[in-house]
Amino acid sequence: MAIETVPDVALTGPTRRGLGLGFLTATPIIAGATICLTLVVLSAILAPLIAPHDPMLLAPAQRLKPPSAEFLIGTDAYGRDLLSRILYGGRISLLIGLGAAVVSISIGLIIGLVSGFFKWVDAILMRIMDGLMAIPSILLAIAVVSLSGASLTTVLIAITIPEVPRVARLVRSVVLSAREEPYVEAAISVGSCLPKIMWRHLMPNTIAPLIVQSTYICASAILTEAILSFLGAGISPETPTWGNIMAEGRSYFQIKPSLIFWPGLLLSIAILSVNLIGDAARDALDPRMKQRESSK
Amino acid sequence: MLGYLIRRILAAIPVMGVVALFVFLLLRLTPGDPAAILAGDNATPEQLERIRTSLGLNEPLYTQFITWIGKLLQGDLGVSLISQTPVIKMIASRVEPTISIAIATIILAILVAVPLGVIAAWKHGTWIDRFVMGLSVVGFSVPVFVIGYMLIKVFALDLRWLPVQGYRSIYNGFGPYFERLILPTLTLSFIYIALIARMTRAAMLDVLGEDYVRTARAKGIAERGVLLRHALRNAAVPVITVIGTGFALLISGVVVTESVFNLPGIGRLTVDAVLARDYPVIQAMILLTSGVYVTVNLLIDLAYTLLDPRIRY
Repeated sequence: MAIETVPDVALTGPTRRGLGLGFLTATPIIAGATICLTLVVLSAILAPLIAPHDPMLLAPAQRLKPPSAEFLIGTDAYGRDLLSRILYGGRISLLIGLGAAVVSISIGLIIGLVSGFFKWVDAILMRIMDGLMAIPSILLAIAVVSLSGASLTTVLIAITIPEVPRVARLVRSVVLSAREEPYVEAAISVGSCLPKIMWRHLMPNTIAPLIVQSTYICASAILTEAILSFLGAGISPETPTWGNIMAEGRSYFQIKPSLIFWPGLLLSIAILSVNLIGDAARDALDPRMKQRESSK
Repeated sequence: MLGYLIRRILAAIPVMGVVALFVFLLLRLTPGDPAAILAGDNATPEQLERIRTSLGLNEPLYTQFITWIGKLLQGDLGVSLISQTPVIKMIASRVEPTISIAIATIILAILVAVPLGVIAAWKHGTWIDRFVMGLSVVGFSVPVFVIGYMLIKVFALDLRWLPVQGYRSIYNGFGPYFERLILPTLTLSFIYIALIARMTRAAMLDVLGEDYVRTARAKGIAERGVLLRHALRNAAVPVITVIGTGFALLISGVVVTESVFNLPGIGRLTVDAVLARDYPVIQAMILLTSGVYVTVNLLIDLAYTLLDPRIRY
């Protein structure tokens, strides 16, 4: 009996199917998204090398200049070079996106594994998760930031808290179905210790859905950071972030729309690319999803 | 049915309890003196003391919670630290613009998204389908304030068809009210259209593969009748669910849209309260929006039984 089920499990387990990088060029659109995201990431990492000016340097004589050879897309209301600020701004956005994905997946994974395995903890943890999910994420984030002050860490925490319940719910649902599988029963019956069962047998099942989920968290964290900055509840205004540049641009929108247009464009391209890559990863990891979505 | 109704309502109570506890602890457990955080750096000792008595911060934590919950259950949401007016009055006076754009957005989104989703599923695999799906990914990705400013640029600044910003109450005439509602509604509906269109398409694709749809076609019913009467009605449940879960997106979107268009709604009230650290207003808004969200989803759950007689509890 046990021997019969082993190859079956090995074949159908979604994590046994590795995720090569081939999916990044599956269609021309996804390839385009990969190229765009690579460019955005590179420009953020290399910002100190390629930015033509100091993004913080105030030059009152150069206020709101139109594009020129020196300032390729003009200057802002304090005479700072817009291009340099946008290049540096990508660093914060991508850092927040990556940080929120890593932190919320780590915490959510632990909560999900525990509540998928212990019924009594499950009841309590899931009620807490339900409560957190009922609070609109922007309101939750601005409440946290308004109380604990706006630093990179608090903004990251504020963005991460609303994402944790979604990860925990996802992990829990995977664990609940996986723990009925014969190989988990077998592990329990031979007396494997609990941490080992969770780590070796249950956790691998969650990797595929979590990779997909992490891209969506990344996209939504970048967006939330921009919204927080835009509303004036984000990282301090002189720091160049895409949201901050746009927040400053609000007062000058009628005379110089490019202060909102350029960071908005980059922000949209970054989020769009991450979302498209997430969809591609989902299709590559679980072809059944794709079938259900697109070829009935 | 009645049993289910009661169980469903009882299940909503712990959810709201967690929300209330979270809001309560967020202020009290933030490192540092909460009164000092709220009052800012230049506060006098008298101001600090006034905030402490106003929020009951001198009491032990459990007494604070019991008094606070007690007042909450009587509908007392506290008093603003800045204007000293009851929070409930502040919210009531600013609810009109918010309700207006929220309702207009839901109506517009359903009117646009459901036909888009139906057509995409019907013309599955063609360029129309790909166009709708592409539009939906873009709708998800472009931030709501970027859409807002682009619409202002084109329709208000360049074409001068519509006013740039601001709000007129419906009591001062429908024309000016409606005119100022168009751009905010368009802005807010983008993401909602993306969400509903995607879900309608997926639900329709599921249903169109069913036997009864094939039977209906085999009987010679016109394609319109098959799509609308046989398929769409059966695809309604997931579509309505997503309208409910998307309500959270709508609330977040309202906060941003009201800031872009300078609308004096409760979203602006929240942002202003955050900037002034007016915590009673912030906590009231979190409780209120979460309450609305839980209620909307409760009502939608109950609506299933009306829409789909196969669902019994």
